[in-house]
Amino acid sequence: MSTLKTLNGNQTIAEAVRQVDPDVMAAYPITPSTAIVETIAKFKADGLISGEFVCPESEHSAMSVCIGAASAGGRVMTATASQGLALMWEMLYIAAGLRLPIVAGIANRALSAPINIHGDHSDTMGARDAGWIQIYSENCQEAYDNFIQAFRIAEHLDVRTPVLVGLDGFIISHSMEVVQVEGDEKIKDFVGEYQSVYPLLDTSRKITVGPLDFTDYYFEHKRNQMAGIENAPGVIQQVGKEYGEKFGRYYGFFEEYRMEDAETCIVVMSSAAGTCKDAIDELRNEGKKIGLLKPRIFRPFPAKEIALALKGTRAVAVLDRSACPGAFGAPLFTEIRNALYDYDPRPKVVNYVYGLGGRDIKVEHFKDVAEKLDKIAETGKVEEIYGYLNLRE
Amino acid sequence: MVKLKDLAQMEDRLVAGHGMCLGCGIPLIFKVVLRATEDPLVIANATGCLEVCTTIFPRTAWNVTWIHSAFENAASTIAGVEAMYNALKRKGKIPKDKTIKFLGTGGDGGTYDIGLQALSGTMERGHDVVYLCYDNNAYANTGGQRSSATPLGASATTSPAGTHSPGKLQWRKDLTKILTAHNIPYVAQASPSRWQDLYNKAKKAFEVEGPAFLNVLCMCPTEWKYDESKGVELAKIATDTCVWPLYEVENGKYKLNYKPKEKKPILEWIKPQGRFRHLFKEENAWVLEEFQKKVDEEWEELNRLASI
Amino acid sequence: MKKETWKELTIGTINLEAGNSVKNLTGTWRSGHKPEFIEEHCIQCFFCWLYCPHFAILVEDGEVKGINYDYCTGCGMCAEECPSKEKSIVMVKEEVKLAEGGTE
Ligand code: SF4
Ligand code: SF4
Repeated sequence: MSTLKTLNGNQTIAEAVRQVDPDVMAAYPITPSTAIVETIAKFKADGLISGEFVCPESEHSAMSVCIGAASAGGRVMTATASQGLALMWEMLYIAAGLRLPIVAGIANRALSAPINIHGDHSDTMGARDAGWIQIYSENCQEAYDNFIQAFRIAEHLDVRTPVLVGLDGFIISHSMEVVQVEGDEKIKDFVGEYQSVYPLLDTSRKITVGPLDFTDYYFEHKRNQMAGIENAPGVIQQVGKEYGEKFGRYYGFFEEYRMEDAETCIVVMSSAAGTCKDAIDELRNEGKKIGLLKPRIFRPFPAKEIALALKGTRAVAVLDRSACPGAFGAPLFTEIRNALYDYDPRPKVVNYVYGLGGRDIKVEHFKDVAEKLDKIAETGKVEEIYGYLNLRE
Repeated sequence: MVKLKDLAQMEDRLVAGHGMCLGCGIPLIFKVVLRATEDPLVIANATGCLEVCTTIFPRTAWNVTWIHSAFENAASTIAGVEAMYNALKRKGKIPKDKTIKFLGTGGDGGTYDIGLQALSGTMERGHDVVYLCYDNNAYANTGGQRSSATPLGASATTSPAGTHSPGKLQWRKDLTKILTAHNIPYVAQASPSRWQDLYNKAKKAFEVEGPAFLNVLCMCPTEWKYDESKGVELAKIATDTCVWPLYEVENGKYKLNYKPKEKKPILEWIKPQGRFRHLFKEENAWVLEEFQKKVDEEWEELNRLASI
Repeated sequence: MKKETWKELTIGTINLEAGNSVKNLTGTWRSGHKPEFIEEHCIQCFFCWLYCPHFAILVEDGEVKGINYDYCTGCGMCAEECPSKEKSIVMVKEEVKLAEGGTE
């Protein structure tokens, strides 16, 4: 039965885990995702989940346990953040390379140095080429919904690729919200039975998993690996639609907010999109034709769909919650600007980095951005292609 | 007692056509160990000589279920496989009467050094797996760099002997002791030159409930630099000089499995190996003395522990 | 040997053909020496089988029958460890053929 529960982001993930009841859960506690691991441990202690819970001595081992377990042939999840994800780095590529449908909840947090426990996207953005599907959540409800859908996406036989679900550290992981939690049976039913592909535990097959490739095979295996994530878009859409039909909340690649006749647009992911919506409402009340595009899926990047949604506008500001030192813009910006290159006319696109280390972003900051966009739209000129929000200059 | 003739007629789980060196000790170890259980087996192999030389795609020398994921995590990888086995067994997805055994393995690089943390974690958590370290005293797969298992005075490419250095300056880490300190049910040190002992230990390791650790000396003609046909003899000398004592610790109880009638001087171990050649220079005489002293101390300590 | 295209490979970097390394004939590595088996001296102790790193000792019907030169690398371990009074395996000179590559 569907119920309303007051939960924070970490609890929603744990709740989803309880309902899905994966076969193996292996995770190492790290702020701000610790409570996910603790809650799962408590569920296990109280007999509410039937899978194995493994608490390894590091995140590297946590992901290694996940890899062993997923190769063995069953449903697997983990959770981590920041330095923990960084310590998993090596194994993230291997999970993707072995095409293991592991699902990870990531309470997005800044990377050291300096050490900081608050929310930004440096951790998952750094892992953007690891071969994982990346889904970002605006609030607790989305974190819950995304996490459940993640199993279906990851395990789809055409995809067989790991999925991480991001929720902003503290801002979402620790904020209480009223969340619609669906019935246990309905969730189990939605997720379905796990289908294993070449499981190690079918010992009659005697397979060799993860062999060595020389120059004659590595390239082909890598290309073969990429097919999984390339097949994901259709599955993501199908699963989002099915989820909507079942539970009333539909999901696609991104959300468009008041984009109907928008001349300017702000692109921002995750929790900041919530604040941005308030800003857009105020600006719309002031008569500004501005909208918001909130990407949900960052990998595989829905380039064509985003370009089509933006191409009719005149100026776009892409807001990144991570920096990309030395690059021509931060990750989301480079993707979006690149996606628009083939369209003519196309909007001017600028980039603002915001919120590093959990720095606030408020309605007023979005309004500043809107003002700059207005100017660009009016003059057709970009003075500064790259800037920072709410930074002491 | 098991006979070699019978072992020889069992199916090979590691087969011909692998690329390990002439005279390599690794296949000898695995030939025996993989016969010590008749149950289905899953192996997680750390990056290293064994992994590289057996799985060059599209060929594999493994006639048993096998996985490699990375260098430092064979122990946590096999722990994950075992966790899934437990989960699926409990859920009835694997028949109750089916038993599968789990073996994690790596060289001294993947075990003493980069994989020590993962190994420690897996042992501490009590996964029902066997971990086997084939200790060839160096990072042999990458051309013979020092490891914490490399003996004092050995010349390795990252602890080379030179006009100002007698090779490796440190005494080796006692990994078997470290594993003993994990208070797991079974820890043993073995050598391929004593196959019966190795077989018995592997059998115990597989049969014991909970984690078991085997540290097996592994001759490496390439990095030790000796006549490749003499490897078994050299491994025997290692036990006769007590450089590599054979013992086991079962539920905390030490047992010496081999006491040489006459303990041989370490020179017999050192002389045939090119990696120690420079120790015979006058200025390095102290290394040989120190080496003998340390071996004597450790042997004495082991005898003391075994007599408790 | 025809190599697969990326589409033909098994997903997940897996080799499904257990033990197909037997197609790698390591015997081509031999350089100048090979073991010779002298059956009448053999006491069937199986040490050669035990200590051969390249699985090149022929065992048939529970007896050591000789050397499989397809895999024998000529390391000499078998001859070294053969304990029979008169050696049942001796290393002999072998004219070196130019290797035709390591695989069949
Ligand atoms: S020479 Fe070496 S490879 Fe050849 S049979 Fe003897 S032990 Fe095996
Ligand atoms: S080692 Fe020598 S005696 Fe023993 S089986 Fe082999 S050939 Fe025969």
